[in-house]
Parts: sequence; structure tokens; C-alpha cells
Amino acid sequence: MFSKILIANRGEIACRIIKTAKQMGILTVAVYSDADKDALHVHMADEAVYIGPSPSRESYLLGDKVIAAAKQTGAQAIHPGYGFLSENADFCRSCTAEDIVFIGPPVAAIEAMGSKSAAKNIMAKANVPLVPGYHGDDQSRDIIKKAADDMGYPVLLKATAGGGGKGMRQVWNEGEFDEALAAAKREAMSSFGDDTMLVEKYLTQPRHVEIQVFCDNHENAVYLFERDCSVQRRHQKVIEEAPAFSMSEELRAEMGESAIKSAQAIGYQGAGTVEFLLDVDGSFYFMEMNTRLQVEHPVTEMISGQDLVEWQLRVAAGELLPKTQEQLVITGHAFEARIYAEDPNNDFLPATGKLSLLKTPIESKHVRIDTGVRQGDEVSVYYDPMIAKLIVWDENREKALQRLAKALSEYRINGVVTNIDFLYNLATSAPFKAADIDTSFIEKNHDLIFHKDKKPLVNELPIAALFLILSKENKAKQQAQKSNDPHSPWYNANAWRLNEANLHTLILAHNDTEYTVTVEQKRQGNDAYYAMDINGEKFDCQGEVLTTPLNDDTIVATINGHRSQTTFNHVENTISLYRANGVFNFTHISPDCGQQGNDDNHGGLTAPMNGTMVSVLVKPGEQVSKDQPLVIMEAMKMEHTIKAPSSGTIDEIFFQVGDMVDGGAELLAFTEQTNTSENSE
Amino acid sequence: MAKIISKINTRSQDFLDNAAHMQTQVDDLREKLSEIKLGGGERSRERHLSRGKLLPRDRVNALLDDGSAFLEFSQLAAYKVYDDNVPSAGIITGIGRVGGQECVIVANDATVKGGTYYPLTVKKHLRAQAIAQENNLPCIYLVDSGGANLPNQDNVFPDKEHFGRIFFNQANMSANNIPQIAVVMGSCTAGGAYVPAMADESIIVKEQGTIFLAGPPLVKAATGEIVSAEDLGGADVHCRTSGVTDHYAQNDHHALEIARNAVENLNRVKPINVNFQQVLEPEYSSADIYGIIPKDTRQPYDVREVIARIVDGSNFEEFKALYGNTLVCGFARIFGYPVGIVANNGVLFGESAEKGAHFIQLCAQRKIPLVFLQNITGFMVGKQYESGGIAKHGAKMVTAVATAQVPKFTILIGGSFGAGNYGMCGRAYDPRFLFMWPNARISVMGGEQAAGVMAQVTRDKKEKLGESWSEAEEQKFKQPIIDDYEHQGHPYYASARLWDDGIIDPADTRQVLGLAISASLNKPIEETKFGIFRM
Repeated sequence: MFSKILIANRGEIACRIIKTAKQMGILTVAVYSDADKDALHVHMADEAVYIGPSPSRESYLLGDKVIAAAKQTGAQAIHPGYGFLSENADFCRSCTAEDIVFIGPPVAAIEAMGSKSAAKNIMAKANVPLVPGYHGDDQSRDIIKKAADDMGYPVLLKATAGGGGKGMRQVWNEGEFDEALAAAKREAMSSFGDDTMLVEKYLTQPRHVEIQVFCDNHENAVYLFERDCSVQRRHQKVIEEAPAFSMSEELRAEMGESAIKSAQAIGYQGAGTVEFLLDVDGSFYFMEMNTRLQVEHPVTEMISGQDLVEWQLRVAAGELLPKTQEQLVITGHAFEARIYAEDPNNDFLPATGKLSLLKTPIESKHVRIDTGVRQGDEVSVYYDPMIAKLIVWDENREKALQRLAKALSEYRINGVVTNIDFLYNLATSAPFKAADIDTSFIEKNHDLIFHKDKKPLVNELPIAALFLILSKENKAKQQAQKSNDPHSPWYNANAWRLNEANLHTLILAHNDTEYTVTVEQKRQGNDAYYAMDINGEKFDCQGEVLTTPLNDDTIVATINGHRSQTTFNHVENTISLYRANGVFNFTHISPDCGQQGNDDNHGGLTAPMNGTMVSVLVKPGEQVSKDQPLVIMEAMKMEHTIKAPSSGTIDEIFFQVGDMVDGGAELLAFTEQTNTSENSE
Repeated sequence: MAKIISKINTRSQDFLDNAAHMQTQVDDLREKLSEIKLGGGERSRERHLSRGKLLPRDRVNALLDDGSAFLEFSQLAAYKVYDDNVPSAGIITGIGRVGGQECVIVANDATVKGGTYYPLTVKKHLRAQAIAQENNLPCIYLVDSGGANLPNQDNVFPDKEHFGRIFFNQANMSANNIPQIAVVMGSCTAGGAYVPAMADESIIVKEQGTIFLAGPPLVKAATGEIVSAEDLGGADVHCRTSGVTDHYAQNDHHALEIARNAVENLNRVKPINVNFQQVLEPEYSSADIYGIIPKDTRQPYDVREVIARIVDGSNFEEFKALYGNTLVCGFARIFGYPVGIVANNGVLFGESAEKGAHFIQLCAQRKIPLVFLQNITGFMVGKQYESGGIAKHGAKMVTAVATAQVPKFTILIGGSFGAGNYGMCGRAYDPRFLFMWPNARISVMGGEQAAGVMAQVTRDKKEKLGESWSEAEEQKFKQPIIDDYEHQGHPYYASARLWDDGIIDPADTRQVLGLAISASLNKPIEETKFGIFRM
């Protein structure tokens, strides 16, 4: 076994690998870029080596620097994690050349799977099922029709030159074939000037099911069962689970054997994943093989009780596989949800910022969190904005799913927008619970997940209002405790009034509708209760916000005699209630204080968000007119042009092309042209 | 500490009758106030709102810290005093928590006669300032007033306790580091212009607030200059050019936020120097008070039953329980603050008065705030008592009350007649706050007694002249006197004229006292120097 390894990665996967290495008594070396000099993986490792500037192409993607770091520190092996250098054959080769063990498959296996079409040819030869299709040059109607008949309907006719759905037709039965072919050819000809057609089996409800395989250097191979990764958005996995639902033992064995065959076909060693499309009828087809540890490997670990990183290290060190196929059993069910800094309501635009609050659910045998960040860390523009992987386990799918929802509702992240609410809505949606899932799950259930259906409010509005009243009281109580008059009735936030009802008035917005909530404080202290009026509807409310350290974001509310507990999140003016049927967001509308500071223009122009300066179009001293473009920034793969707010003069420019700019930073000094007649004279 | 054990049966018919009777009086009060709290008529409210201004009560609500109580004063001010209807005398005053600090708030109600100052408006404004001064509370003026009410100028302008005193107070409070903050949310004309000008910090709302010594009509009349109100004294003029105001606000909410921030920057620390404790709710419901107070004011009851429903845990350590027992004295806590309670339990005798004087001395020495629960027909009369020195015993109590420097709080829970009013810290004895219950009555003596005295004098005169006077004639003579006393002794009459700081629901007594005591502790309790006690 190695005594010291280097991890050529960052973030959660680097931390994950370090954890296992530590347990095995192996010393670890991290590598880091400028942006990561204080990152968690750097702190966790025994040693860390600086390898370059923040952009990954100047640091984490530089194999030479990584190898140099390994040599400098005497690391005997390099674990590449996933992404970055993990499927880079050249890097793998260089490691071997430098006598460093690459913890992964042999170069040949990486190369074999590097090209998707080449991979398919290899698999076809090895009798691994591929999506049936005809890609031949003979374009006669009969040949194409025969291919379609042989693979069975429905089929998909596609123009080989095609794209954007042009020249594409679904054919549901034999009778439709001729008409569809003619139409597709016509369209292909007019669109691309080429009517060459291919035909493929059309999978109506395919699932993405992948098999975890492991091979050692002694010709042993096992599969560690499957993962269902069907829930995806634009080929990005969202929630993964293991085992796959409604999977028979026979199918599992068949797919497992097939996956092993695939691996053996390329002389595989180490951890690999064979991805299949699984059709409703139980047919499955090879898609591709990933020659590395997958992001979603924890679900396999949770149901198999194995540590896949440990397996990787053992295999790389030349040991035998720790278990035989017979020794491997599935226990329970696991889910993984990927928590991202991104805005699901804005087309999943990646978000950056400082994690001002990061509170995770409590880890247990049921809940596991793989993360590479701590509270106060920055989600930067340089790397994948994944914050953490939340993994849950329980004895069956239903129970595990309940754990997932609960854990998601307990996750607290402020400072950046996250997809937690989106994940929660997804996990609590009826079709997900019913496992009515295929790869188009998110598209199909978009309205449900994004709450476009406007779920009717039951008691959520009074609960949100009650929460605000109670937090008002708690805030006042805290102020009282800080003061030197801690019991003063002036700190009771009961809105007491002489000779009239004690009223709190709140305005809450939900789904673009504003609600005015009038709350009469009926009593105070321990038996306080509140009579609410929302558009004439009356609610008698009582409750408390739990303040135990483990449960500080739960409100217990009794609304018209119905007592319930709700997990909430409160960030600035937004209150989110995590209910059994999804998240309900409310905005507390504060009084309009008018447009302020509009006449105090300090003359500077600031960056709208974190990003890179890509173009500076003006020079200091230059006269510019209103709306003239001054500089262009790139952020989140989009360009933002900063324009002159009025006519004036550029005094100074503070950034050069290529500079990283923080959101809000002053970009240039600008003097507005005063409206005197100097120029017109 | 000793706990008061209530002997009240809340199921007895008497209790239920009493409760119903008090409920009627509280309901009547609330009903009258619900009208009064609307301010001016519907049309003037609508006009006010249509200008983008908040109504004065909403301004106060928006100024206060979220959820803060507001201890409002003299809601019934000017009630049925003038031919004009001037609800709350056109000004809202009270104490509320702003920026974490108890402040006196004075808000003009421009929907009532343009917020102009009637004589009682001035009196109410000055009373609020006096409360600020006595209790060391910052003042926030929400100004929206046309200045003095011209038809009433003779009772508004010239005298010592008239309009000019407002600015005198501002200057002197400022001198004593009692911050003066003005928010100009409407007109500040003529004398009114001095409110922001004399303030330590002033805020003005753009396109709403105006400040000038003379408005556009007067300017035109005087010099022929034609100028708009905004150009003459709007926010831009005063924030950019004249410097009369310091902060430029976009709207009412913004202005009030600035005011709150200003208070947060005052760097004030409440100088609490009493031994406070955790708050305990009384053992008995404050609502019981309704059933405890007899319908018939002449019927006696044990005032300890009331005390049990006001003080923390109903705990009451009585002082000299066996001596002079028509006056109940003892130590208790209200919202955790220590208090000495002086409560009437019958007519005052010499011993009761001496006991009272002694107890007040104890509280002054120990710097314990005093609460007076006043229900007093007077000192005992008659040969035996005069020769026993009731006058000098009474004088001792009056001396003690008058000179005690601890904060004093008076609640008129029943009658307040004659010298009893003095001994029990009536208005003239500078209690920090004085409130009345709706069943209370205040006059130099009871209506019956007054009528009786006057009838007796008349009868003597007639008999000297040899005229006869029938019983019926005497009754006819007495009735209007009784009616007058009833009318003028009624809390509405009293409160309208600011003989008190307001009428409160008996069930709110504990709450009101808690707020008032807490507010009073903003001023360090001073050493007392008593006068000569006639021995």
C-alpha cells in the first residue's frame, strides 16, 4: 500500500478521498490554486502544493505541475478524482513515465472509451447491447424499412446531417413508415441539401441506469449494482438513487454481467461506470463508460457498505478486490441530491458569492454530506458551483425519500442562491414519490416542480405571519437581554395600545399576490394567541419557534386548533416553509421608503457582478456620450456591457483586460458633464 | 413574600353585576375613542391620504420599533370643550420605543383643523414635553401643523404656558441633553417653524414638508412677492440652501426611518438603579377588577383585591397592616420593578395619614417608586378628629407626597375628593403620570355633600330672614348642583381638560403602570429633601 498519495483535485471529491486515505493511514498531498489557498481540502491534507492561478487551465488541468508536486512531496500515487485530469490519457501516461501510480484505469482503457463511436464499436464486438440502429450508406427505402421492422417500432428517423429537430420523424408503427420517411427526406433536403437518413430505435421513456464495476489487476471483476440517474436537466444529473426502482434480480444480474463484459472488453482496472439506457420493456442499451469514480458513487457506498475510494486505492496498489460478487449485497435504499449554487428560476444560472451561512443537517447513519466548503467560503466563478452532495439512506425507497426531504428542508445556505428549494419540490412531488421517472422527468413535471400550478394555500399564510410575529418577539427579547433593563415591558413586542386592540399588520407576498394580514394580539407571554384576519378569513393562531440548538428552524403552530410543525428558512425578507407538498415562499413587504440616493451620484461605475474584464473600449481623458459602451465584462458565460450613464469624461480606468473583478467594484472614474454652455460656445 | 389571597367569589351575583356595570363604562369609553381616533372627518382624511401622506396614527406606528407598545396620553383631550369638534385636541402624544429607546412622540393631526393649536392642543403638547423633561425622554415631533388657531389666539399665544413655551422647553431640554428631533411632514408655519428650527436634528419630507415664518399669502400681502410654498420653504430649500433641516426624506416612511436611525445614534444608556427581578404575572386575572369595583360607589371593598391583580405574583409585603388600616401601604413589584403602594381603604384618619407619611419616607429613602391607588372621600371630619390634629397629620402626608423625589404614579380608581386628592398625590403633586378609571370621579367634594353644604348655607340665610324653605324646594335647589358635580367630576370632563394623562381600562392598569414606571427610570432617582413635618 502507498504511504503517501497526491490528490489532483479540489472541492468535495478531494476531501472525500483524503478522508478515506486518512482512515487507511495514508498521508495525503493536496494541490491548490490561488482561489483555493484557504480551501477545505488544503486544510484537510497533510501537505499542500501551490500549482498556479485560479483558472483551472492554469492550475488543476496542468498535469506537469501536478506530477512535479507529487515528485516534490514524494507521493507514490495520484488520485485524479473526477473531472480535471481524471480521464486524460496523456496525464495517465506521464504518471507511468514518472513512475507514479495513476489511481484509475490503464491508458488504453481511457483511450478506448475516449471516443464514443469507437467505444460503441468495441462494445458491439463484445456483444454488449447498443441502441439498435441503421447508419448505412445504402439509402434504399426497403433497406431502411427492414432495419426499422427488425428493431421494432417506434423508431426515429434522423437526417445524418440534421440538427434542431429538422428532418426528424418518430414512427410509431409500420403503417406510418413511408409517409414519415418521405416527409423527413423532404425536410432534410430543403434544410441541409442532403437527405441521407439513419434510423434508430426510439425509446419513449428511457431511464438512465448505470452499473458500478470494479476490476483488479488479477482478472477479477465485480459489479456493485446499479444507480438510477434518470432525473437530469440538460444532461446534468440532479438526484440519483440506488438501487434503481422496479429492478428485478434477473435484470440486475443481466446488466451487471453486461457491464463487466464491457469493462473486460477494454482490459479495465479500477472503478468504472457503465451507463445504459433502460427501456420500459426491460431492454437496455450501452451508452458510454466512465473510466473514473463518479460524482454519485456515495449512493452505491450507502447500499453496499463498501468504501469505493478504499477499493480504488487497494486495486491501484495491486491488491485483490476486497469482495467477491457473492459477498456483495444490497441493503436498503439511498438517494443523492446535488446541492448547487445556481438559480433554478433563472434557467439554472450558476451563482457565485460568499456562503455567509452554511448549516447542514446533522450527519448520521442516515444522512451523509460530502462537501468541500465551509461557512464563509466563496463559491467562485472558476470552478463547478456544486456546494455539496447530500446523501441519505434508509431501509426502503419510501423511507429514504422522506429522509431526503427532511434533510433538504434542514439545509441552510445564505449568501448565494441555491437549488435546495428546487430539489425539495422535486423530492416531494407525487410522480417522484411514485417513481414515475424517466430522463424527461423534469421537463414533464416542470410546472409541478416550479410551482407554476400555484398550489392552494391552506394554513401557510397564517403560519408565515405567525412566524414573523414570533420572530419580532424574539428579536425584542434579545434586545431586552442585551439592555440593562431586560424585563422592561417596552421590550414586549405585543404592539400594545391603550383602549384599542393590539394590532400587528403585515403584508406578505406569495406567487405575486400581496396579502394584508391583520393580527390581533389577544394575550401575551406564554399563553399568547393571535387572531388573524386575511381577506376576511379568520385564523386563531398560537405557536412557538423552537430554540433548541438542533431544531432552531422549526415553528410549531396551532392554526384553528390544528397543530403542526413546519421547518422554515428566513433570509432577509423571504420566509420559506417546507411543507409536505413542497416549499412555500413568502416575501415580507416592508414600507416603501422611496427612491433614495438618486441625486448623490458619486461619479463611479461599478461591476454588476463578479466576472472578468474582457474589453476596455475607452481611454482615460476620453470624452464619451450617454450610453456609449465603456467596458465589457464577462460573467457566468455572458457578456455585460457597461455604458456611460450620461455624457462626460473618463478620468481613470481601474481594471485591465483579463482582470477578475468583484461585483460592486468601481470599474472606472467618470465625471458627468455639467450642463453649462462652455461646449456650445 | 406574602401573597394576597383573594376572597372574591367571581360567581356571585354582586360580582357579575359589578362586572357588567364596569363593562358598560369601558365599552362607552372605547366607543367614543374609536370615533375620536379617526381624527378629522372622512373628507379631510381622504385629502390627507391623497397627498401621499400617512395618517398621524400610522406615522406613529411606522416610527415605533416593530411591535413596540405606545402609551398614549389624553386621548379625550378637548372632548366636548369647544364648539368645534377637535378630536384628541388635534395632536397625538405618548411614549413609545424608537430605536431601542423610550421616547416621547408628539404628532400633529393635520386632518383636524389643519393641525392648528387650540388652547388644549398647546396644553397637551406642553404636558408631553413635561413628561419628557421629568422622565428624561428624547422628544420626536412629527410636525404637520398650521400653527396657532387664530380665532383662539388669546388663549394660545400670550401667556406663560402658551405656544411660546413649546420652544422654551425645546431649548431647555436640549440644554439638559434631552434630544429634540423634528420630522417635518407637512406645514410648519409661523411659530411652528421653530419646532424644526429649535430641534437638535430635523428631517423634512420632500414635496410635503414646508417651513416658513410666513406662508405665500402673507408674503404676497407683505411684499407682493409671489412664490410657491415649495420654493419658499420646501425640503430642497431647507436641506440645500437654508440649512434649517438636516435630513432629506423621500416620503413619510423614509423620514420616520431616518428619525429612528437618529435615535439609535443618541448614545443613551438607561440609568437603571433599582433592584429589578424576573417578571411574574399576578395570580389573579386583571379582568376580575371589573367585578370587584362595586356599582354603588359608596359601598366599601378591600383595595387589596385590586392590588392582587396589579402586582407581580400578587405578592404584597404590607407595612403597618394593623395600624391606620384605612390606608393600605406595602411593597410589591410591577414588571419586576420594586414599588411602594399607597392605596385607600376608607376615609383617612390621623393614624392612616401618619402611616402614609412614614411609608412615603421609606420609599424616598430607598428610592422605590410610589404608586397611589386613589379612592378617597377625604380626611375624617368632626370635633374629635380636629382636636386629634387631623389637619397636621394630613399635612405630614401632604408634605411627604409633595417633596418625595421618587417617581410617583397615581391612578384614580374611585373617588378623588377634597384634601384626600392632595395626600394621595393628585395632579398638583406632580406624579409622573396620572390616569383615571372610567368609574372615577374628581371634585372638591362629592356632589351630594356639596349640594348639602350649599343647601345648609342657603337654609341658614333664609331662616335668618324668616323665610321658609320646603323640602321639595331644597331638593329642587340641590339637584342641579348634584348634576353639575356629576358632570364636572366625570372622567370625560376631567380628561378633556387634561386633569389627567388619560382614562384607562381598569384591566390595563398593570400594563400602563409597567410602561410608565419603566419609562420614568430613564431619569436617575434623586435624593429627597423633605420639608418640616408638623409633629
